[in-house]
Amino acid sequence: MLRTSRNLRNAAAALGVLLLSGTAAFAQDASGKLVIVTSFPKDMTTAFQQAYQKANPKVTVEILNRNTNAGVKYLQETASNNGVDLFWASAPDAFEVLKGAGLLQPYKPKVEGIPEKVGAYPVNDPEGMYAGFAASGYGIMWNSRYMKANDLPIPKEWADLTKPAYYDHVAISAPSRSGTTHLTIETILQGEGWEKGWRTNKEMAGNYRTITERSFGVPDGVNSGAFGVGIVIDFFALSSQASGFPVEFVYPTVTTIVPANVGVVKNAPNKAAAEGFVDFLLSPKGQEVLLEPAIRRLPVNPVTYEKAPAGYPNPFKDKSLGSQVNFDVNVSQARYNVVDALFDQLVTFQLDDLKAATQAIHKAEAALAKKPNDKAKALLGEARDLVAAMPVTAEQAADPQLAGAFTVERKSAKDAVPERQAQVEQKWAAFAKENYANARKKADEAAALAR
Amino acid sequence: MTSLALTRDRIARVRPGPALAALLIAAFLLLFLVVPVVQVIFVAFQDKTTGAFTLVNFADFFQNDLFMRSFGNSFYVSAMSVVVASLLALPLAYLTTRFEFRGSVLIQSLGIIPLIMPPFIGAVAMQLLFGRNGSVNLLLRDHFGFSIPFMEGLNGVIFVQSIHYFPFILINLSASLKNIDRAMEESAQNLGCHGFRLFRRIVFPLAMPGYVAGASLVFIKVFDDLGTPLLLNVNDMLAPQAYLRISSIGIADPMGYVISVVLIACSLLALWVSALAMRGKDYATVQRGGGGLAKRRLKPLEMVAAYGIVLLILVLVLAPHVGLGLLSFATIWSFSPLPDAFTLKHYHTVFSESGQYITNTLLYASLAALLDVVIGTAIAYLVLRTKLPGRQWLDYIAMAALAVPGVVLGIGYLRSFYGVPMPFTGQPLSNFWLILVFALAIRRLPYALRACTAALQQVSSSLEEAAENLGATKLRTVGRIVVPLMSGGILAGFVTSFATAAVELSATIMLVHSQSDAPLAYGLYVYMQSAAGRGPGAALGIFAVIIVGLGTYLSHVVIERGRRDRGQDH
Repeated sequence: MLRTSRNLRNAAAALGVLLLSGTAAFAQDASGKLVIVTSFPKDMTTAFQQAYQKANPKVTVEILNRNTNAGVKYLQETASNNGVDLFWASAPDAFEVLKGAGLLQPYKPKVEGIPEKVGAYPVNDPEGMYAGFAASGYGIMWNSRYMKANDLPIPKEWADLTKPAYYDHVAISAPSRSGTTHLTIETILQGEGWEKGWRTNKEMAGNYRTITERSFGVPDGVNSGAFGVGIVIDFFALSSQASGFPVEFVYPTVTTIVPANVGVVKNAPNKAAAEGFVDFLLSPKGQEVLLEPAIRRLPVNPVTYEKAPAGYPNPFKDKSLGSQVNFDVNVSQARYNVVDALFDQLVTFQLDDLKAATQAIHKAEAALAKKPNDKAKALLGEARDLVAAMPVTAEQAADPQLAGAFTVERKSAKDAVPERQAQVEQKWAAFAKENYANARKKADEAAALAR
Repeated sequence: MTSLALTRDRIARVRPGPALAALLIAAFLLLFLVVPVVQVIFVAFQDKTTGAFTLVNFADFFQNDLFMRSFGNSFYVSAMSVVVASLLALPLAYLTTRFEFRGSVLIQSLGIIPLIMPPFIGAVAMQLLFGRNGSVNLLLRDHFGFSIPFMEGLNGVIFVQSIHYFPFILINLSASLKNIDRAMEESAQNLGCHGFRLFRRIVFPLAMPGYVAGASLVFIKVFDDLGTPLLLNVNDMLAPQAYLRISSIGIADPMGYVISVVLIACSLLALWVSALAMRGKDYATVQRGGGGLAKRRLKPLEMVAAYGIVLLILVLVLAPHVGLGLLSFATIWSFSPLPDAFTLKHYHTVFSESGQYITNTLLYASLAALLDVVIGTAIAYLVLRTKLPGRQWLDYIAMAALAVPGVVLGIGYLRSFYGVPMPFTGQPLSNFWLILVFALAIRRLPYALRACTAALQQVSSSLEEAAENLGATKLRTVGRIVVPLMSGGILAGFVTSFATAAVELSATIMLVHSQSDAPLAYGLYVYMQSAAGRGPGAALGIFAVIIVGLGTYLSHVVIERGRRDRGQDH
């Protein structure tokens, strides 16, 4: 019954479009069904859906919620008979994948006054395949009750999270699972350099309580107090705060402000409405929706900040926000899969061993602080280096030969792939396991000497 | 020559009715299970560079420490979950079927409720109650200075899984216990066997088909389950590894599919072992199936102990629901034993936004469960009562569905049915909501099938022979004798299929193509992705629990009444 009535309605709508398109005056008017695939939470999509439908009563917006990866896959699998008009998600790299697969079509938004760059990152795709509509930065979020109960200091920089005090209190989501975390890791690597960046990343990782599979798992855990500190994208923290959770958030100096994007899907059934929606997102009315307590993202239209509540971060005024790192998209792109796989093999799947080594180092450090000992100090240094050691250099990571083992597509039978992904990963995992075990041994020795 | 004669003989004995039924079922399984899955897993046998057939990916699997560790962990967790689930299910099943126990029906229904908890929501609630900083541990630490690691690592998975899946054992074991011929017990007693020995030597062995059916389901289900380990962030198990590989590295990476193949192989192995354990034993009892053990009264002291045990188990088992209930009324619940304050706001939100989810769920899950019991009964009958060649394969293939990760099935459906336009509307077939029902039915068919098989195993074929001797046709015998005697098992199958289909997510999430066709689990998932959505999500979860719980209870009442009307009740 339901089906029939909906189909009838669609047919009527289609008929309406036909009739209207005959009349030139209405040719630009959007109508019919607009299908959007998005990874954004319901709070956000519903707010935009309502605001847009109010302005365009003839359009019915249909929201399909998928996580970013599943959304990309859905578009790829259904491309032959596409029924989706817009792809709407955070991670710019997901749009890069779609662009690479030729699943987007260019559109230049009509709204004026949007700056070229937010922080050091370009707002729009240079080829116009997708447009940024809101900015987000990465930072540290914590639960005030938890911090008080466990007597933890408030963190300010990434390096703070490497301190022994935070052992077993911090959480992050896996970069291979969450586009936003990937950018955080990559930002640290670009901001501090490959070797030092990985050292920071791994020293932080030694304090991780858990590595979640979903991005939202981190703010969720901080909100409920399952762990105290989380590495998250700003709006997770800001919207949690607005919902009343006892949480706080800070941007470290090394952070990147990255736009969240929207792109028109190739062969969109309702192109007019899709383009109308993009323009709506960028218009002052659409941008103001971003300020709502449950959403809290940074508008890309600088005018909108005049309406923001006091203390709202403004990347266009506050030049320290996200400008420290000149984020290089090409560098990131070349080693994208390698960084994910490295993190998985060296950190996510070796977390217990890494934590054991880190704890031993913390203990030795504490013992040394009480009773200095040169030999123990040297041993401790070696232990730290073992933890920080990387199986590949920055040059190797960017090498297309290595990346070849991870590429999703097989171009031709003649393309030589030196090693299979599973082989490479096993090698890295073994490398990490051995190093962490040795690091632990050395740290234990150091502690014994200082005793 | 002789072999040819034998074949001809066999063919001659095949009746057209069962053969047709078998063909229809085979076609259904082929179209909605085998083809979509093969579309996806053939990648496991493909060389990444050349596309040629290869086994090198399997060599990689067995040489990889992480995969081997995951393999070991999955095995350990599944086995321990069976043990813990048995500890929960045995007392409940035994006490409620064997003794005059007030509220037996209620306990049996309450015992099924864990199944209708979507695992990921259950894990959220369990974290809030039993996690490192959950209510229990916060209180323990404040008052006694220690905490219990219920939810640490693999412990958490075992804890949540056994609470979630123990009803499989409870339902099947209770059905078996109810079907045991009272005469068996009485003869044993006449021969001087009493108490625990009676239970150990007579009652439990006779209820073995139910127990083994339940235990093997728990094992396989835990082995393949994805949601719970993922939500508890335990990644080094096989199912999460498969999911992580497929969804983060990409569709062309062979390892995810290799793991899927390993999962399927292990599940089939577990089934084979359980079938082996049951082989050569006759569990059918001649008396009508509905008899059940004599119920007796408990002495006052025993009564106290029994109520104590039952209450303790129920509290534990219903903990996720209590947690969810609290969450649905909570304003903010953060690092404290109880929420800061309570509100009705979330229910209001759900009422105004999500009615569609609920009606969709009822429609999809009941259609899927109906399909499951029809196919399940048919397969059970074909396997146990006919001599059709290859009939075992229907059973094996249907059970293999248990081992297919939902994501794989979802992707397979997209691949198989997206290109097929629907008649009249021209929309892709995979967008048709009935496809979602088929996916649910395929994924839940194994539950119904095991329940129906166990039920039929306990119906003695001499009853059918008697009916046929009296002139009843085969069809009439099945309709009037076999199915009514199996009704307990069929109901158990329907309820398990319905309840679990109502909350299935992993295939659903790939196949839902529009919000208006989305079921409840999808709504829960969407809510649970935002800070402000936790309350409404929990409220929606409570709706799910109430609806399915009510449905379960009602069908139980209906069946009991039917039994009484037929004079099968004592």
